[in-house]
Amino acid sequence: MSKKKSAVMPLLYLAQKQNNNWIPLAAIKLIADTLNTTYIKVYEIATFYSMYNLAPVGKYFVQVCTTTPCMIRGSGKIVDTCKKIISKKQGELNQDLNSSWIEVECLGACVNAPMVQINNDYFEDLTDKKAEEIFKGFKEGRLPRFGSQSGRKGSEPTSNRTTLLKNA
Amino acid sequence: MLKDKDRIFKNLYGDQTFSLSNALNRGDWKNTNEIISKGKDWIINEIKKSELRGRGGAGFPTGMKWSFAPKDPDPQRPHYLVINADESEPGTCKDRDILRYEPQKLIEGSLISAFAVGAKTCYVYIRGEYVNEGKILQEAINEAYKKNLIGKNASGTGWDFDMYVHFGAGAYICGEETALLESLEGNKGQPRLKPPFPALVGLYGCPTIVNNVETIAVVPSILKRGAEWFASFGRPKNRGTKIFCISGNVVNPCNVEEEMSIPLRELIETHAGGVVGGWDNLQAVIPGGSSMPLLPKKVCDNILMDFDSLIDAKSGMGTAGIVVIDKSQDIVSCISRISRFYKHESCGQCTPCREGSGWLWRMMERINKGESEIHEIDMLLDVTKQIEGHTICAFGEAAAWPVQGLLRHFKQEMEEKCSNLANRKIA
Repeated sequence: MSKKKSAVMPLLYLAQKQNNNWIPLAAIKLIADTLNTTYIKVYEIATFYSMYNLAPVGKYFVQVCTTTPCMIRGSGKIVDTCKKIISKKQGELNQDLNSSWIEVECLGACVNAPMVQINNDYFEDLTDKKAEEIFKGFKEGRLPRFGSQSGRKGSEPTSNRTTLLKNA
Repeated sequence: MLKDKDRIFKNLYGDQTFSLSNALNRGDWKNTNEIISKGKDWIINEIKKSELRGRGGAGFPTGMKWSFAPKDPDPQRPHYLVINADESEPGTCKDRDILRYEPQKLIEGSLISAFAVGAKTCYVYIRGEYVNEGKILQEAINEAYKKNLIGKNASGTGWDFDMYVHFGAGAYICGEETALLESLEGNKGQPRLKPPFPALVGLYGCPTIVNNVETIAVVPSILKRGAEWFASFGRPKNRGTKIFCISGNVVNPCNVEEEMSIPLRELIETHAGGVVGGWDNLQAVIPGGSSMPLLPKKVCDNILMDFDSLIDAKSGMGTAGIVVIDKSQDIVSCISRISRFYKHESCGQCTPCREGSGWLWRMMERINKGESEIHEIDMLLDVTKQIEGHTICAFGEAAAWPVQGLLRHFKQEMEEKCSNLANRKIA
């Protein structure tokens, strides 16, 4: 059995990386030719997986997790901040900040909720104020260090750590 | 409470860097050669004795799964070990910490597990969003290659072993093992019919063992410290230690490694600082990731956190992603949001799930907004029954169970929302 087809997802990522974070149809055709497969086979992969952007996105592409664990911790306020600072409707490009945002499903950082992903990086333990600060920084091309914004290490409890005390 | 010396993941919080030298200091890659020299049967037997159950959600006994791999490999059909790092279950973020802080435990576990099931190649399927975690894992793999811990004649065992990282691209369903294999082969992640099971016909049609990150990462510690040590924690058939993710309305949300069968209340109050506003402010807990039915406070008071105890309570251990919901939350909204998640993530292969998950969400939203008649609540239960058991994979159950849990324990809240409509109509 040929394993060539297994390269389709890495190649789509490569195309996306080389083209300002989105994949044009021409790239899909080229990938199909490279893998000796049909255009539709690659196209259906590109549409099935949500991380392939098939339309232009901002240089700062914000994905807000709004699934229940984040929702409970106030992701609604982060969405409001996106609407206020970036654009009223999700997916709309803000030329001034060179940014766009969308709502996404669980990003797997639930104990550090609420959080957003900006391009490749997670920004966790957010407040609406902190989020506003980060989004406004896009204008000067400024991003804080990724990870928890409240200063805690990984997913340790913010205070009163009870385990692994010798390392702390 | 579990003692620190009995914790497997000593760097769970990233106090040290993930580098190989730090990992060696923590005891990784110690005596790996010796363990492997004891042979496949000994390894599989030890894992069976430890009563380790899969940490990815289903809780299948790991030793038994490994024993399904064909004993005499056909040279035309190599065996594969595939590690499921597509962690996407809402409420779960444990594998992420293993990937970024304890990657050498995973790599060492992969070598031992691959040897036990006769595999020389291992693929790690990691969710696409975990870009940084994937980079760390790749760096850790490179370091292990450089020291010849893996690669040709890995760790001097005579066994050749290669490990590759493959990124997913944002599809929850790829955490289902056969969908994951489809995705690795370069297809849409749509689950396969079983049987044949992957242990006989898996990746590229070859025998494949698929295990969760946490399952593989605890293997070296079990073999080094002994099956008896691991089996000394928890109740029978629910042995060992487990990483719990405690999120939602608690004072200090955190991940913590604890003993299996620990009481839920003790877990939350000891490690997460308790429920916001005190235990009496608790409304419900989702005990094992979003697909497991929620438990109301009166059940949470005494429940033990293990596979069998939670099944008895008509829920499940799942991934041990605990979502705590206090009384300030609208419980119907919380579950409705979960229904939206499943509507979004259905792969679209089976009609009951593709259509039904959308129905569930729309009905939940109507009830939540008070736009439904009371009889629609029973109709909602009927829709969940139409999905459950009528699909190729367990996604159907995952979509149906949270709603069923809500109906079981919070029907009154739903009826109250609906009766507002009745009142409005009369007025």
